Amino acid sequence: MAGEQTSTEYIQHHLQNWTYGKLPEGYTRYDGEVLTESTWVSAHSSQEAKDMGFSAVHVDTLGWSIFLGALFIFIFSRVAKKATADTPSGLQSFVELVVSFVDNTVKDTFHYKNSMIAPMGLTIFCWVFIMNAMDLIPVDWIPHFVANVIVGDPHFYFKVVPTTDPNATLGMAVGVFLLMIFFSIKQKGAVGFIKELTFHPFSPPTKGLGVLLAPVLIAINFILETVSLIAKPISLGLRLFGNLYAGEMIFILIAIMFGAGFLLGLFAGVLQWAWAVFHILVITLQAFVFMVLTTVYMAMAHDNHDEH
Amino acid sequence: MNINLTLIGQTITFFIFVFFCWKFVWPALIAVMQEREQKIAEGLQAAERADKDLELAQKKVGEQLTEAKKQASEIVEQANKRAIQLVDEAKDQAKVEADRIIVAAKAEIEQEANRAKEELRGKVGALAIAGAEKILGQSVDAKSHNDLVNKLAAEL
Repeated sequence: MAGEQTSTEYIQHHLQNWTYGKLPEGYTRYDGEVLTESTWVSAHSSQEAKDMGFSAVHVDTLGWSIFLGALFIFIFSRVAKKATADTPSGLQSFVELVVSFVDNTVKDTFHYKNSMIAPMGLTIFCWVFIMNAMDLIPVDWIPHFVANVIVGDPHFYFKVVPTTDPNATLGMAVGVFLLMIFFSIKQKGAVGFIKELTFHPFSPPTKGLGVLLAPVLIAINFILETVSLIAKPISLGLRLFGNLYAGEMIFILIAIMFGAGFLLGLFAGVLQWAWAVFHILVITLQAFVFMVLTTVYMAMAHDNHDEH
Repeated sequence: MNINLTLIGQTITFFIFVFFCWKFVWPALIAVMQEREQKIAEGLQAAERADKDLELAQKKVGEQLTEAKKQASEIVEQANKRAIQLVDEAKDQAKVEADRIIVAAKAEIEQEANRAKEELRGKVGALAIAGAEKILGQSVDAKSHNDLVNKLAAEL
């Protein structure tokens, strides 16, 4: 806990990303300075971050997610390069364990021919898992270190867990969504994809007076299917975000107690340990869920209704 | 919690990592794992084959052993037969030889006896004459009594 902050300030500070973005011309900054032209700066308050709008980047989120993803890729590609078919070393057998686990899970749900799905499952599972696992590092350690030692400004915003930022989870979900549409069109053709959106779940009648109803049914179908299509990536991203955000929030609330005397601090330590143990489950489960749902969505995109 | 460019950055990062994993990480690992699987399967198969071979070899060994035993006993039997045969032959030869010797001896004995008889016959004639001369007190005309003497001698 940073000295003179109130609890609310402490929580808000912890929930604010390091935002680097463009502030518009004529904007009054936190210290009363009025910008003469639009400039790219690091936000100094939540309000500034908000006012930057869309043209801003969460440097910590992107930095950590790229670093952790690169870590995953580095370890796995190193193992892959050195891998032998003879007795595997410790790290190789661990990597193979993960790979075969993902491979089996994907094979269970995805029965089409596409060599990309399983590697994507592996990437998602490992990447999301490592990003989630950052949640287990006590909430103040890295942000405090970075703010006080490296930057020298205790007010500096720095979040460590990328998956507590909806940008990260929704960003991945958008990637999955784009792949869904890509494979849908690739498998069924543009016409087939549009048909899927408009002719289900109520197939419009083609004979008699019912034909008059067809446009109405198609409109209803289109609305229903579009909503369900868009709901998929949003629920995918928000599920991960929600779980991790809630977990992070509880860690922060527990961390507030550390500043409230020895007994409460001790109690907080026990609580934090207990929550961390429980959180290991959440971390793994959410990474797994994200992978499985992605695989299921890919299977749905490959599924051709006309064939049966 | 604001949605901003980070989202697009994250999407691009996502695609880059997925692509990298798809192209460079996954195939190598899967290939190695499949290779090992195949190796293990081959090893197991080889072990099974070796087991079968061993069983076959043992069976063969057993067969050859009984065959050898049979042959050995046959050879022993033949040898025994041959020995008996040899003994028998020897016996027969010995018998024949013995018979021949006996026959020869008998013949010699007879010859000897005949000769002795002849000798005796001659001597008996002279003895008879000498005896008769003593009994009669005079000489016996050998000529006139020759027939008598010869008759006597022939009776012997």
